[in-house]
Amino acid sequence: MSQKKIGDVVLNVQDISLRFGGVTALTNISFDVREHEVRAIIGPNGAGKSSMLNCINGVYQPQEGSISFRGQTFKHMNSRQVAEMGIARTFQNLALFKGMSVVDNIMTGRNLRIKSNLLMQAIRNPFSIGGAQKEEEAHREFVEHIIDFLEIQAHRKAPVGQLPYGLQKRIDLGRALAMEPQVLLLDEPMAGMNLEEKQDMSRFILDVNDEFGTTIVLIEHDMGVVMDISDRVVVLDYGKKIGDGTPDAVRSNEDVISAYLGTSH
Amino acid sequence: MLYRENGQLKTTYGADQQIFPIAQDRWLIWALIAFAFIAVPLLADEYLLRAILIPFLIMSLAALGVNILVGYCGQISLGSGAFMAVGAYGAYNMLVRIPGMPLIPALILGGLCALAFGILFGLPSLRVRGLYLAVATLAAQFFADWIFLRIKWFTLDSPSGSVSVSNLQVFGLPLQSAADKYLFCLGMLAVVALLAKNLVRSAIGREWMAIRDMDVAAAVIGIRPMYAKLSAFAVSSFIIGMAGALWAFVHLSAWEPAAFSVDLSFRLLFMVIIGGLGSIVGSFFGAAFIVVLPIFLNQILPAAGAIVGVNISTAAVSHAEFMVFGALIVWFLIVEPHGLSRLWSIGKQKLRIWPFPH
Amino acid sequence: MAFFLEALFGGLMAGMLYSLVALGFVLIFKASGVFNFAQGAMVLFAALAMARFSEWIPIWTGIHSRFLANVMAFVLAAALMGIVAWLVERLVLRHLVNQEAVTLLMATLGISYFLDGLGQTIFGSNIYPINVGMPKDPLMLFERTFDGGVLLNLEDIYAGSVAALMVAALSLFFQKTATGRALRAVADDHQAAQSIGIPLNRIWVIVWFVAGITALVAGIIWGSKLGVQFSLTTVALRALPVVILGGLTSVPGAIIGGLIIGVGEKLSEVFLGPFVGGGIEIWFAYVLALVFLLLRPQGLFGEKIIDRV
Repeated sequence: MSQKKIGDVVLNVQDISLRFGGVTALTNISFDVREHEVRAIIGPNGAGKSSMLNCINGVYQPQEGSISFRGQTFKHMNSRQVAEMGIARTFQNLALFKGMSVVDNIMTGRNLRIKSNLLMQAIRNPFSIGGAQKEEEAHREFVEHIIDFLEIQAHRKAPVGQLPYGLQKRIDLGRALAMEPQVLLLDEPMAGMNLEEKQDMSRFILDVNDEFGTTIVLIEHDMGVVMDISDRVVVLDYGKKIGDGTPDAVRSNEDVISAYLGTSH
Repeated sequence: MLYRENGQLKTTYGADQQIFPIAQDRWLIWALIAFAFIAVPLLADEYLLRAILIPFLIMSLAALGVNILVGYCGQISLGSGAFMAVGAYGAYNMLVRIPGMPLIPALILGGLCALAFGILFGLPSLRVRGLYLAVATLAAQFFADWIFLRIKWFTLDSPSGSVSVSNLQVFGLPLQSAADKYLFCLGMLAVVALLAKNLVRSAIGREWMAIRDMDVAAAVIGIRPMYAKLSAFAVSSFIIGMAGALWAFVHLSAWEPAAFSVDLSFRLLFMVIIGGLGSIVGSFFGAAFIVVLPIFLNQILPAAGAIVGVNISTAAVSHAEFMVFGALIVWFLIVEPHGLSRLWSIGKQKLRIWPFPH
Repeated sequence: MAFFLEALFGGLMAGMLYSLVALGFVLIFKASGVFNFAQGAMVLFAALAMARFSEWIPIWTGIHSRFLANVMAFVLAAALMGIVAWLVERLVLRHLVNQEAVTLLMATLGISYFLDGLGQTIFGSNIYPINVGMPKDPLMLFERTFDGGVLLNLEDIYAGSVAALMVAALSLFFQKTATGRALRAVADDHQAAQSIGIPLNRIWVIVWFVAGITALVAGIIWGSKLGVQFSLTTVALRALPVVILGGLTSVPGAIIGGLIIGVGEKLSEVFLGPFVGGGIEIWFAYVLALVFLLLRPQGLFGEKIIDRV
């Protein structure tokens, strides 16, 4: 097994603070993510992990701090810009498009790469005058590769709302993968899964990291998974960073232990 | 047994993505098209064409437009009547003011006027949604009511406010008889329905549905909510505008602003709710239902009343129509929010596995 | 100047009438999160009931006292609105409990059409008068300050006072009583309210009944002024912008919004109308609401709408 080549810093979060009215979600968070690595963000419930991802994605605008991606610094991220830069994500509460089939959901991930305009799509025809048909078929082929990879072929035409939770989580991943991202933000991808499903999901994540070299930022509660697959870990508690380093280093960090288990007085 | 897909294996993605993947569906559609274009004009009488089929075709077109906005993109609109009005008056002005303007370009230009109007009054959708958006679209409705009533320029300074068109021609052929008009509307509907179906099954359709289902996730994927919503308003108003022009030119021939009132907007909305939100074929079902129902009640109620010995006046029938509409809307929303099109797909499902129960 | 004041007062009084209808909207929205498109139809239905009952009661019971007939008609009409409230909850609301707002809005649209048809089927579709003893005399004020004085309608002043009383009563109801508190809880979160034992169904019947009474009062005042006729339903459409302006959850907002719209409509018609061919009243309220939607969607007094991700 060859050693994975971890590159330079590709994503840098600096002094991010986020407040909602009187509630402070994040205080002065700084950490970096290196290319090709699997970076985990862990912490007790309510620590601000999802909010951190939301800031990176442009869903929330932090009051202070900045985020750098490949050398470019931004005070405020715009969701579309972030998607164009090659950062994709999954959602903790599954933000799938319930009214569409599995194929269509994953196809929406190809949206940024679809070139034909509205008029061309309207006159779509089997002879591909205007190019829309050929393009649609090419993207469908790409999506089918993802469906094969995630082993969900049997369900491709089903409306996603009718599928079980574990499958929906896989489709969420598939949609993010369809964007051919450089950085993949995964928000609790294994929540609510049993052991087998978790093993499958871990395998998918590691395969994505191995085969495509995608940098992974992963929020996860299952400590076993985190220790097994991540290269480095950030620990948040009450919106503050209390640990940062390799899994082993973080595991023996006293602040982390007391945050999870509580200190005795 | 009859509707089996056994053996119909697709070897290309193109074949899988076609509009009617099941062979039986394709045969049925071609048969239907042949029947509609060839048999109906020969067999149907004047009354059937004028009172039922032509209104049905034009309303289907309008319902199609409304469904794109409300059903596929999830933007509620109570101003569809206004878009029809803008299309009608726009096409009218183009036809009458520009010498030598042929009919179809006039209709298309009317649609473009409605498109511009639609984008303008669609801007609030970038800020608000749900019932607040509904109120904003009502502003479009009342504003349109006013401009066509009070600003004389639009009605060519007609003293009564009503305008008319006559002697319509398409490519030199006159549109005089009911059968001619029927074929013209059918042709326009077929073309626009095909274009609309293409749009909703392509990338833009998925963008619209993504915005409808979860616009935050859509933004994260890189879909621009502004482009998606405004394009939905644009395409939708264009189609509704053309339908409005057809309604005015072909069905009414002479009209005044009250022909496009808020009542029409509600009717269009009912059509897409009963027919099925987010379904092209549902628009046809809904339009058929709403067009046929008053006529049906008009025939049935007096007859039923006569059996029981009660005299039912025309006013009573129109009140009954209101009650039936209202009750049906509520019933559909409770029992089958996806409308007649869902009942249709369930029917097809059952047919697939017939004669087995499941 | 006198003319301006007359227009102003006229606008205020018209605004009061809008506010009365808007109150019904606000009540139902505040307590159930449902936007009731059927409010106008309820006004018409209630007004029709009142008009016809006051006509029929002397025939049924032989009572000839105008006052007594009116009181009985009011009680009957109120009871009828109670039945409507109960039926709406039983047949419609119960089955649409956790649907999205748009679905409920469409359902109320359906109820609106149904009530329209039903009211006219039961009570008839002519124009009916309502005579509750409202003075029809005009009132001349400020005769010394302004030449010719300012002409006011005594009836409008009565209407305004009634509206003000209703607002005060409703505000007290919401803030001070246990039922009012329960209503506010339900508006916030149906499921949470249910989980602490608030009987959702009964609350909804109560709130639709109260809205029905508001509709009845509004209907009586409108009907007294204009005669009860079908166009009353369009009144509801005019009252929608009022709640946007005032805020969907605010009772005082409905009043102030109504006054602003009433005054705005009158003044813009009088002073701007001649330049653009008149008829500004058709769209003024809505365009004003549109502006508010773009700048301040929660209205003047409403709660800020928060979209949770």
